[in-house]
Amino acid sequence: MEALLEVSNISVSFGGIKPVDQFELHLQAGELVGLIGPNGAGKTTIFNLLTGVYTPSEGYIKLDGKTISNLKSYQIVQQGIARTFQNIRLFKSMSVIENVKVAFNNRLSYTLPDRLFNTPKYKAQEEWLHNEAMELLKIFDLQDDANEISMNLPYGKQRKLEIARALAVNPKLLLLDEPAAGMNPQETVELMNTIKLIRDKFNITILLIEHDMQLVMSICERLVVIEYGKIIAKGTPDEIKHNERVIAAYLGE
Amino acid sequence: MDYGTLFIQQIINGLHLGSIYALIALGYTMVYGIVRLINFAHGEIIMVGAYTSYIMMNVFGVNIVVALIAAVIVCSIFGVTIEKIAYKPLRNAPKMWALITAIGVSFFLQSTVMVIFGVNAIPYPTLFSDLIQVGSLQISQIMIVSLALALALMLSLELFIKKTRLGKAMRASSEDAEAAALMGISVDKTISTAFMIGSALAAIGGVLFAVAYPQIKPLMGVMPGLKAFIAAVLGGIGVIPGAMLGGFILGLIESLTKGFVSAFWPNATLWADAILFSVLIIVLLLKPSGILGKNVREKV
Repeated sequence: MEALLEVSNISVSFGGIKPVDQFELHLQAGELVGLIGPNGAGKTTIFNLLTGVYTPSEGYIKLDGKTISNLKSYQIVQQGIARTFQNIRLFKSMSVIENVKVAFNNRLSYTLPDRLFNTPKYKAQEEWLHNEAMELLKIFDLQDDANEISMNLPYGKQRKLEIARALAVNPKLLLLDEPAAGMNPQETVELMNTIKLIRDKFNITILLIEHDMQLVMSICERLVVIEYGKIIAKGTPDEIKHNERVIAAYLGE
Repeated sequence: MDYGTLFIQQIINGLHLGSIYALIALGYTMVYGIVRLINFAHGEIIMVGAYTSYIMMNVFGVNIVVALIAAVIVCSIFGVTIEKIAYKPLRNAPKMWALITAIGVSFFLQSTVMVIFGVNAIPYPTLFSDLIQVGSLQISQIMIVSLALALALMLSLELFIKKTRLGKAMRASSEDAEAAALMGISVDKTISTAFMIGSALAAIGGVLFAVAYPQIKPLMGVMPGLKAFIAAVLGGIGVIPGAMLGGFILGLIESLTKGFVSAFWPNATLWADAILFSVLIIVLLLKPSGILGKNVREKV
């Protein structure tokens, strides 16, 4: 079976430092995989490589068999990769629903003249857009905050809104960068259930970075552990739990 | 003329001048909003617009409306091309490089126009100069035309930004260009649009300026450009309504110092520009992000 995502030995270097070194990863459609590692291991850099923020200096990335490592961020998104950010990066002064709607941009086809003359095409798409955006907000229980300015939302809801916004681009692969960072234990559990739910509902593949080991262990089917930009272990949560190199990396020797 | 009438007369003059500054200031603020660049070549776009309209009217014999449209088209092309050639390659370079490049582009445009048309001022056709007498107030047609045109354009711009797909994409890009790209928005396209709209508005500002002060010269864009920049900063750079507000405030201050304060203090006219800059300094001391600016410190 061909992998949805095929990352082949990618590296990147900044002035002699190699934050990511010969990283490789194969994701099958529908998988939920965790990318873990100590602080500064290069996890977010890998996300940045996958989404075209950085271009790998070696290796290639393929999505659905198509090379994407030479594309720009917005083109990669159009190919079907969406992401959230470790430090929340919502469009702060836009409303909750606008944040989601703006991410639908590529799925709309009406033009400026359509907008100007309020053509049926515009009206139909705008109605579809509104319904879809509200559906997404409902999944994250944000429907009542639709018209709130996004920066006024409580922290936990901002995190959820980021995921809703990412889903709006209709991705095949969703990259979640520490989705539970800063949430309390109860919120975290709820979020993890939501993540499983969206994987099944939208039939997407998820790669997530997380610090909370227990949490990753509980929802991911497979884990990839990196340290200093290199893969040190791969396997099921059980295998990883008992892997000596991982224990050493986390606890320090 | 009594002081009351003089005051109102200068308010009207100030609104006229302010509408031109506001149109130009929008270009600075839109570009800054997305690329965080002070496009110092923006003032020269005003000049290019004025020259284009002059050539259209004097060489091709068209009327002012056609000349204005031609100026808008030429300046839009200039704006987008300058961005592609001069600024885009430096997008990931330190901000200072693009700023210096902008000053270079500005000199380049000034010199090119000097070489082609000479350094001397060329008289611009007199248009809309009929005066309308309202009581003891004198309002020229161009004041009404400028103000009406500027307000209509600003309203359209607001609607464009708030209500259209591209406009919303521009807002998202100006909030966080990288995040916008990662939501599938082509930031290149929004940047080109910002340069295109900004330059088109500057072209209109340039033509209105040339009609108001009927002569054109290669350095004519420098002062209005600089003042519009101040207007943009005063209103809060990157904030579109701020540029409009700043433009009108600046126009009013300039007009009132030159035409009203000078009735009590004859040297005020000479000091007008110094007073303008003092206002800028005072506002920025009190509110560094400008009148409508968001108090967010730029991330380093």
